[in-house]
Amino acid sequence: MSDPILATHSLSRSFGALKATDNVSIDLRAGEIHAIIGPNGAGKSTLIQQISGVLAPDQGRIELLGEDITRLSTVTRARAGLGRTFQISALAMEDTVFENAMLGALGARGNPWSFWRAAKRDTALSETALAALEQVGLAEARDMRTADLSHGQRRQLEVAVALTLAPRAFLMDEPMAGLGASGSKQMTGFLDGLRAEAPILLVEHDMDAVFALADRISVLVYGQIIATGTVDDIRKDAAVRAAYLGEDL
Amino acid sequence: MSFLLIAEQVLNGLQFGVMLFLMAAGLTLIFGVMGLINLAHGSLYMVGAFAAAAVAGATGSFLLALIAALAAAALAGAIVEMVVIRRLYAAPHLDQVLATFALILIFSEGTRFVFGSFPLFLDIPDALSGPVTLPGGIEYPLYRLSLIGAGLAVAAGLWFLTARTRIGIQIRAGENDREMIAALGVDISKLYTLVFALGAGLAGLAGALVGAIQSVQVGMGEPVLILAFVVIVIGGIGSIKGAFIGALLVGLTDTLGGVFLPELFKLFMAPDTATQTGSALASMAIYILMSLVLIWRPSGLFGVRL
Amino acid sequence: MIAERPLAVLVLTALLAVPLWALAVDEPFTITLATRAAILALAAVGLNIALGMGGLVSLGHAVFFGIGGYAMGILAYHAQTYTPLEIFGLSIEGTKSMPVIWLVATLVSALAAWGIGLLSLRTSGVYFIMITLAFGQMFYYFAISWSAYGGEDGLSIYVRNGFPGVNTLVPIQFFALCFALLCAALFLNARLQAAPFGLALNAARQVPARVETVGLNPVRLKLVAFVVSGAITGLAGALFADLNRFVSPTMFSWQLSGELIVLIVIGGVGRLMGPVIGACLFVTLEHWLGGITEFWHVFLGVILLLIVLFARGGLVGLLTGKEGPHV
Repeated sequence: MSDPILATHSLSRSFGALKATDNVSIDLRAGEIHAIIGPNGAGKSTLIQQISGVLAPDQGRIELLGEDITRLSTVTRARAGLGRTFQISALAMEDTVFENAMLGALGARGNPWSFWRAAKRDTALSETALAALEQVGLAEARDMRTADLSHGQRRQLEVAVALTLAPRAFLMDEPMAGLGASGSKQMTGFLDGLRAEAPILLVEHDMDAVFALADRISVLVYGQIIATGTVDDIRKDAAVRAAYLGEDL
Repeated sequence: MSFLLIAEQVLNGLQFGVMLFLMAAGLTLIFGVMGLINLAHGSLYMVGAFAAAAVAGATGSFLLALIAALAAAALAGAIVEMVVIRRLYAAPHLDQVLATFALILIFSEGTRFVFGSFPLFLDIPDALSGPVTLPGGIEYPLYRLSLIGAGLAVAAGLWFLTARTRIGIQIRAGENDREMIAALGVDISKLYTLVFALGAGLAGLAGALVGAIQSVQVGMGEPVLILAFVVIVIGGIGSIKGAFIGALLVGLTDTLGGVFLPELFKLFMAPDTATQTGSALASMAIYILMSLVLIWRPSGLFGVRL
Repeated sequence: MIAERPLAVLVLTALLAVPLWALAVDEPFTITLATRAAILALAAVGLNIALGMGGLVSLGHAVFFGIGGYAMGILAYHAQTYTPLEIFGLSIEGTKSMPVIWLVATLVSALAAWGIGLLSLRTSGVYFIMITLAFGQMFYYFAISWSAYGGEDGLSIYVRNGFPGVNTLVPIQFFALCFALLCAALFLNARLQAAPFGLALNAARQVPARVETVGLNPVRLKLVAFVVSGAITGLAGALFADLNRFVSPTMFSWQLSGELIVLIVIGGVGRLMGPVIGACLFVTLEHWLGGITEFWHVFLGVILLLIVLFARGGLVGLLTGKEGPHV
């Protein structure tokens, strides 16, 4: 077994008496999609926020490529190779699709301090941006204002921006959220191919997508991981059935 | 440097502080409950002072003047809230800044139109004039002492109102969850008008009380408003307790800095340069205090959200 | 409806044509008004970089205007009194040369903007507004208590400073200098907007979380915008002081900070020509309404209220039929 790309060790975070994340240890290995599922309020958002660096854990460690990133800011984590997508699209709505992708390309370059030459004329930037848009199938819509995109297109753009960074690991917060059946199927197909580029830690509510995509699934209930395993393991797991279906153990 | 001088300056600082509190409390309440930044709060301070000066001039009664100040400012506040401010609650901060800046222009020039450009004077009532001797032999003007008392009384009243009364509970609930308390049947727009009028009334009262020791003139409100902002930044937006502590800190720092910094510099500088440097630095003291708080706690001493 | 580029050409041509016409019919006061408009426009172009591109509602930009003014005042004062300026153990000669004064005004304003920005950007939203306003007041009171340079009364400079090859005492020539600097600042603004920095800043205004997630620091982007913004407004302050041959603490006043925002909003926030149109209109209103009644600020207040409540987007928004950035 190779070293994990991304791992949490005994991550804990409480809000008052509520243990939102309780001793969570998960890992993400090269080439895999590792899905985190769990009922509402199980602590998925808190977990994502800690991994991406928005929220500091009370205890525990986060490692990316073997380096401890627990104390790093969101900005440095992104530079270290963590590509995050948001549950609710966080895009510059007044800007065009292309400009949003350009922002990602600029982030990948790590140097926004260029004050004179027009960004459009910077071929290296445009190529990175355009390649990512093509990969998600948004190249046609490049000059549209992001506010005018359909919900599904915004989800695609959200992923495209992460792609421009060529991250070492993806952290995706419900990429299927709000997508219809066909949109969800399309996104599933896309993510399926993406795992070869970088492994994906996928937090998702859409169970069809999760069962179709995940190499491994971890189930989070009341802040604790109650099971980790393959799709079949999870389907059969008694604790999971109890948590989801209310069956007796 | 004698004990008496220090004691007197501390009292001056307290008096300045509690008057700032009257301004800051309204501002912080209005921001906390309605999310509005109100630059025109200084205009309401001015309205209170002018109303008091006019009524005192006509009737000779200081008490009537204070009541008039409170009523005029609260009324002006309520009208402004209903006509302009309530359209701004959901608006971006820039719009709030501009609209309330426009209100300052209208209030200031309107007051100049009615009362003219010359300052008015409001006399300290006879019953409160002259000095009193405090324990320890401190001679202190009775009026200023009464201001401290009045400010503390208002602070206690506000604390009682927000912590112990039904309307206070509604106000605090409105801070947390606008939709919920509307759903519970509280008339939210009436509540907002009330809170705004309350804040305005406090500002007007402060204007009248301070008007008796300074001159009453157009533009008197804005310097106080900006100091009240400093108070809020230090105390934390939305916190009445923060406003109280921040106001006392600012009042004491400003007063004591103005007196003692030049003296301090005289210890190792030529007297005239010391006076100059000291007073220049004293004029910046509260802003330096604000900067330190910002470095230490960006959302203020008692602020929660940012 | 008109596109933004032809609008820019049209507005600048008009601003150039008015003083030339005034020169032809011998109305020097109109040239002074046009110069005032150009200088205020320059100050507002500076503020618009922080406000329109960075979304930073700075209610303290008069600080930089005042610093620029005092940079001019202090250097020229030492030159006209033949006394050196003693600072940090150094003895510096005063100067009456505009290029040197401009450089000093720009650099010192930039430095002040860096300091104020560093502190104010620890917060955002309403805190930012209050803090910038408070720092403005700090400089105002400091200038009043700084008796070495006139304190409350300010400093008079008897002869306008010089620029190589230009007779700055001739109103139209001084106007030409100010106009040229305004055009240069507008050009810089347009370049910044299109450059990668502008792209990132624009995103930092709208979705700071996104900018962080791609590995860029939104606060640092805003800080740089604030510094550039302060530097340009500082330059305008030096010109303003030269126009009046006088500096006083009122250049630091909060009213001036407010008025700079007002001009931008009248013209259009975040639009290249917004500050220019706003400044021209503001100076015209000030002159025209001010001639009718001394209470003209009441009308300004009412107009402003109507714009805020009913006509967001300013004149540029109205003329181009396109929405601008939201701040």
